[in-house]
Amino acid sequence: MANDNEIIDNIANKEYEFGFVTDIEMDVAPAGLNEDTIRYISEKKKEPEWLLEWRLKGLQAFGRQKLPDWQNFVLPAIDFQKISYYAAPKNKKKYDSLDQVDPELLATFEKLGIPLSEQKALAGVAVDVVFDSVSVKTTYKEKLKELGIIFCSFGEAVQEHPELVRKYVGSVVPYSDNIFAALNAAAFSDGSFVYIPKGVRCPMELSTYFRINTENTGQFERTLIIADEGSYVSYLEGCTAPMRDENQLHAAVVELIALGNAEIKYSTVQNWYPGDKDGKGGIYNFVTKRGICKGANSKISWTQVETGSAITWKYPSVILQGDHSTGEFYSVAVTRNKQIADTGTKMHHIGRGTRSRIISKGISAGQGQNSYRGLVQIGPKADGARNFTQCDSLLIGDRCGAHTFPYIESKNNTATVEHEATTSKIGEDQIFYLNQRGIDSEKAVALIINGYAREVLNQLPMEFAVEAQKLLSITLEGSVG
Amino acid sequence: MLIIKNLHAEVEDKQILKGIDLRVNAGEVHAIMGPNGSGKSSLAAVLAGREGYNVTEGEVIFEGKDLLELAPEVRAREGVFLAFQYPIEIPGVSNINFLKTALAEIRAYKNLPPLDAKEFLQLSREKQKLVEFDAKLVNRSLNEGFSGGEKKRNEIFQLAMLEPSLSILDETDSGLDIDALRIVAKGVNKLRSSKNAFIIITHYQRLLEYIVPDFVHVLYDGRIVKSGTKDLALQLEEKGYDWLKEESREKVISTI
Repeated sequence: MANDNEIIDNIANKEYEFGFVTDIEMDVAPAGLNEDTIRYISEKKKEPEWLLEWRLKGLQAFGRQKLPDWQNFVLPAIDFQKISYYAAPKNKKKYDSLDQVDPELLATFEKLGIPLSEQKALAGVAVDVVFDSVSVKTTYKEKLKELGIIFCSFGEAVQEHPELVRKYVGSVVPYSDNIFAALNAAAFSDGSFVYIPKGVRCPMELSTYFRINTENTGQFERTLIIADEGSYVSYLEGCTAPMRDENQLHAAVVELIALGNAEIKYSTVQNWYPGDKDGKGGIYNFVTKRGICKGANSKISWTQVETGSAITWKYPSVILQGDHSTGEFYSVAVTRNKQIADTGTKMHHIGRGTRSRIISKGISAGQGQNSYRGLVQIGPKADGARNFTQCDSLLIGDRCGAHTFPYIESKNNTATVEHEATTSKIGEDQIFYLNQRGIDSEKAVALIINGYAREVLNQLPMEFAVEAQKLLSITLEGSVG
Repeated sequence: MLIIKNLHAEVEDKQILKGIDLRVNAGEVHAIMGPNGSGKSSLAAVLAGREGYNVTEGEVIFEGKDLLELAPEVRAREGVFLAFQYPIEIPGVSNINFLKTALAEIRAYKNLPPLDAKEFLQLSREKQKLVEFDAKLVNRSLNEGFSGGEKKRNEIFQLAMLEPSLSILDETDSGLDIDALRIVAKGVNKLRSSKNAFIIITHYQRLLEYIVPDFVHVLYDGRIVKSGTKDLALQLEEKGYDWLKEESREKVISTI
């Protein structure tokens, strides 16, 4: 008969499913971070002068900043000079069809269970694949073009829509925001760019699958999404990475801009390599994600399912500037083995009648540590602002931890702020109840976890929700003897 | 169907079952009565395979198989159903999805394919009607926010859906008002057949007015001290358990 300890031990022994390395020729910059590296990257990407200058300002900011010390974990020493800041497949011409794509790359995606062909069929998802640093394939581009939607790699946007990039890059996350944002500003490799014109409702989910592939290569994507007045877009980000022995730093920046009456929905399923059962070799996922509801009645919604990485450290946030704008944050974070997650959100209420909703579900197993850290800030002009926060923690076993750090700052006495928090354990009672109906313990735990995360999973687009659900179950596969 | 021989069990080194003998045949309804702490619910827990209950002596044969050797989920798939005294809440897992999973597991064990969506829905509707289960509760999270009565009725609905051969009802009547009790009893009566059997654990005779048992056993201090027909239940109602306690004490003394 299975007990909690067996479940935990088996979770701990679970090997990473997607651990493999694709052997594709790479163009790799020499390791080290200095002005020369930045110039090398900028030159490789044929960037305009203003962008190079912006990068260099980022580099300076990086030099001035210190690593944070407020996080609820011990930050491992990172030697920024040992990281290579640019890696791109050597053979990097653009492709018109899948047939031209490197078969090994396609095989990689097959292993991940996300064949492009199938992706296309699935609800018309256009996939902009970022393989290490350079965009390989953008699908459905033409169809989107008809509507005036721009969906391309960041590098392409710099070449083709420099005015948009110049206007908005760094406008939500400035190069001096924090040390990792500064690092990204200096050394960002590529990423995605989306522009939805006025009044256009993007007819399909836009999706990018990120994958870190070159050993010792920091991956610094930069994503910029602009939803012009009255437009709507749903963007999906999914990530898996091959097995590694050395930690890899991932310091991405995502900026969202919603103008009046616009809505942006940003969903993430993150399944990077979490390290082995001793915590060796996982990804450091230090991401700065922030959106601004610039115009009245605009809305930004972050949904994240975080199951991977050795350390996940991020706070997708919303600046609620426009009157009656709405910010949402839905999160499921799973930690097992020695994984660490310190995640949450910040909602800055500036405009009148602004609303925010935070639903955070942490799941800890093994020796995993899960922290929710959130800030709800109500400014003096935010009359009638409302926030609701629900923050739940689920513990599996007795060697893991859940921590909550909610911060509330209100400078307006007409605001309403609610905070609810619960901590629970998967009870033997629950497992036995399901056992008694013919369901084995492994399936029982998966069922309970999926039930627990339901509120967040429901926020994901259909095909993504299925993937996320599968991920949560895979996490616990083989968990019971 | 079920043969229990000299069953001894303990929880945390405390002896709670001290030699139970019971034989249940298909088509029979057995009531097990007894004062609080006599071991009634422990017997149910041991039969269902709850962790923490250690069998120290004796055996349980269910349809020719050594029941005690089987994992709890396998016992369930073999056809042992326990209607819980305190049904568990599982937030976010819909009642219907849970039942679909459970039924698929049980069918897979019997080498049957899972029912397709339409068949399953049809079965669910049919059984809801049979046991008068509120359709609204079918799509809600499993037992979450259900009233005590709704939880008990959900147990009977599950019983109807999973069609076990042996059902053990552990104090299903506790916390039920008279109307709910009637509905639960009616459901059980409809589910009775010559192929299945019921063990009804109860403290009171009340439930047995509606579900008439073929046999009544009195459990006291981990032993069955008296067995009889439904008249025994009436006798207990009238005289309480004290006379049996006396009788059993004498019996114990005389065996020393």
